[in-house]
Amino acid sequence: MRSSRLLRALRLGVGSLLLHKLRSTLTTLGVLFGVASVIAMLAVAEGASEQAQEQIRQLGSTNVILRSVKPPEDLVSNQETRVLAYGLTREDLERIRGTYPGLRAVVPVLDTPQEVRYLEHVCSPHVQCVPPEYLEVTGRVLHAGRFLAAADERAYAQVCVLSYEIARYLFPFEPALGKRVKIGADYFEVVGVTIGRVPIGQIHIDPGQEVAGDVFLPLATGRKIFGERQVRVRSGTMDITEVELHEIIVGVRETVDVPFIAAACRAMLASEHPRKDYEVVVPLELLIRERETKRIFSIVLGSIAGISLLVGGIGIMNVMLATVTERTREIGVRRALGAKRRHIVSQFLIETIVLSGAGGLAGVALGLAVPWWIEYKSGMRTIVTPQAPLLAFAISVGTGVIFGLYPAWRAASMDPVEALRHE
Amino acid sequence: MTLLGSSTPQQKLGAQPVAELRDVTRVYTMGETEVRALDGISHAFQHGEYWSIMGSSGSGKSTLLNILGCIDRPTAGDYFVRGRGVADLDDDELSELRGRELGFVFQSYNLIPQLDVLENIMVPVLYLDDVPPEAEDRARSLAERVGLIDRLDHRPAQLSGGQQQRVAIARALINDPALILADEATGNLDTRTAEEILELFDELHEEGKTILLVTHEEEVGRRAEKTLRLRDGRVAEVGENR
Ligand SMILES: Nc1ncnc2c1ncn2[C@@H]1O[C@H](COP(=O)(O)OP(=O)(O)OP(=O)(O)O)[C@@H](O)[C@H]1O
Ligand SMILES: [Mg+2]
Repeated sequence: MRSSRLLRALRLGVGSLLLHKLRSTLTTLGVLFGVASVIAMLAVAEGASEQAQEQIRQLGSTNVILRSVKPPEDLVSNQETRVLAYGLTREDLERIRGTYPGLRAVVPVLDTPQEVRYLEHVCSPHVQCVPPEYLEVTGRVLHAGRFLAAADERAYAQVCVLSYEIARYLFPFEPALGKRVKIGADYFEVVGVTIGRVPIGQIHIDPGQEVAGDVFLPLATGRKIFGERQVRVRSGTMDITEVELHEIIVGVRETVDVPFIAAACRAMLASEHPRKDYEVVVPLELLIRERETKRIFSIVLGSIAGISLLVGGIGIMNVMLATVTERTREIGVRRALGAKRRHIVSQFLIETIVLSGAGGLAGVALGLAVPWWIEYKSGMRTIVTPQAPLLAFAISVGTGVIFGLYPAWRAASMDPVEALRHE
Repeated sequence: MTLLGSSTPQQKLGAQPVAELRDVTRVYTMGETEVRALDGISHAFQHGEYWSIMGSSGSGKSTLLNILGCIDRPTAGDYFVRGRGVADLDDDELSELRGRELGFVFQSYNLIPQLDVLENIMVPVLYLDDVPPEAEDRARSLAERVGLIDRLDHRPAQLSGGQQQRVAIARALINDPALILADEATGNLDTRTAEEILELFDELHEEGKTILLVTHEEEVGRRAEKTLRLRDGRVAEVGENR
């Protein structure tokens, strides 16, 4: 009996709203776009933040990364060819190793800008000369074969490890392991393939298009063959730099020690490198900053969401006030026929709830479709958390109730005689 | 033939008036000016009586009917429905009383446009605390009674004035009220249609209903059993017709 009463009330509410289809639709649209934009914005923000955090995590949240940075150009003359020496030194590496014995690993990285070639496939990946500990410290994962070993270092072995993208590019139709690729002027045997930075399923490689990826060589081998001079030919000019180490990755054992080690490294480098030819990247700090950014972003988004729903709510209130005025006589008749105040209140509240609920539901549908579409079209990552649609829907119905209360109360408190006299 | 009758023996005895006014006064205050729309009216309407309330425009007929219909309260004096004092009732109780004991028929029909005929007849039922299960059957038989059984799913806009008024009468009867109040119920209708409505009232009267019919048309007023004539908010004359 009760449920059939509610059903009937709902049906009557819908019926009254359908008397003014355009008006009801427009009001619903206000709520719809509010709800949809809230869900979509949250999904995009969540996706972007998740992506950023993932990238930071890939740097290793217990690492402190020291990087060589080219000092400001004002010291450099305008020669055709120039040799610019800067950056981190092996001395820095030894000093860090000597000062903080409790570290998990201190891993030097030397870049060498070489072309990598197999038959007719040529590319210019990020060629890095690294010791075996590199894999563990950066948390990279092997896809096939093995990583560089200590024995390779000792033997100056001419071996290399490719990242998945490069392996796919150089060897589209055959396994890379055991093949010999040409790096610069020398041949290196592929002993392993690591998983790329991008999830494997999302890589599409067009033949002939430049690919980004990594090639790893043993540090000793790389230093012996290519030295510490990096020659890049750029639009006719030769760009020669001399950098002993491009990166030093300091792996800290405990997360709590990261800020301390980072501060110590900064202090040490500041005194040794007055030219400021280095930077210190602390993924943990970035992660914390990213979370803070996300929090602020959420607050801003929340306010925008609140405003858009407020606008929707005002729309509902406006329409309901008009409806109440328009139906003054009906209210009088119902009161004369025995309707209590609460019957009138619930009649109009049900109408606002139907309005805002319909807008909310449609908004949820649109709000789920938009992130999907964005992801499909632009490849941007979006994440719809399960709370987002629920929250948006609940808030939309809540606004409906809050903004519907006043018109409903106005309707219920009308004097029946006056209402009946209303034209 | 008593299709709709359900009067109890005590009521038949007339032990208690259906509606009783005791020195009822209604004053409208608008800023400085006061209008005494009703000025000390005392009268009792007995069970089964058919009254017309007459008087010139502004004599207070509608005001009296609003008070009799419990949508307005007297400024002074007492009003009793079946012995219950209306002054003691709060808004909810008054609404309940209207729904159960009173049936309204308005000059401009006042059907609810978005509801069909059956739903309109059922409106007073929806506001009862406990909906009687046989209400819909009753609504159907009332629709049949007023000759609209084949129009149940029509909207008011699809009906003629006379048909709408008959729906309104069926609606007034759905809760088997003690008193039917009609304010200029034939005012918007042509003579022939008005005649049909008046015949319906005659039948209801024969079935034992208590009817109060406000009108300013002498011809209509004479159809009732008795006439209460107002002048300037006072009872000017109480008379029997024929
Ligand atoms: N809401 C009101 N405010 C102020 N004065 C009112 C109000 N309603 C009625 N009156 C006054 O009370 C008096 C009686 O009015 P009422 O409507 O009862 O007359 P009536 O007999 O129904 O007239 P009619 O035949 O024209 O309908 C009139 O002088 C009218 O101006
Ligand atoms: Mg009147």
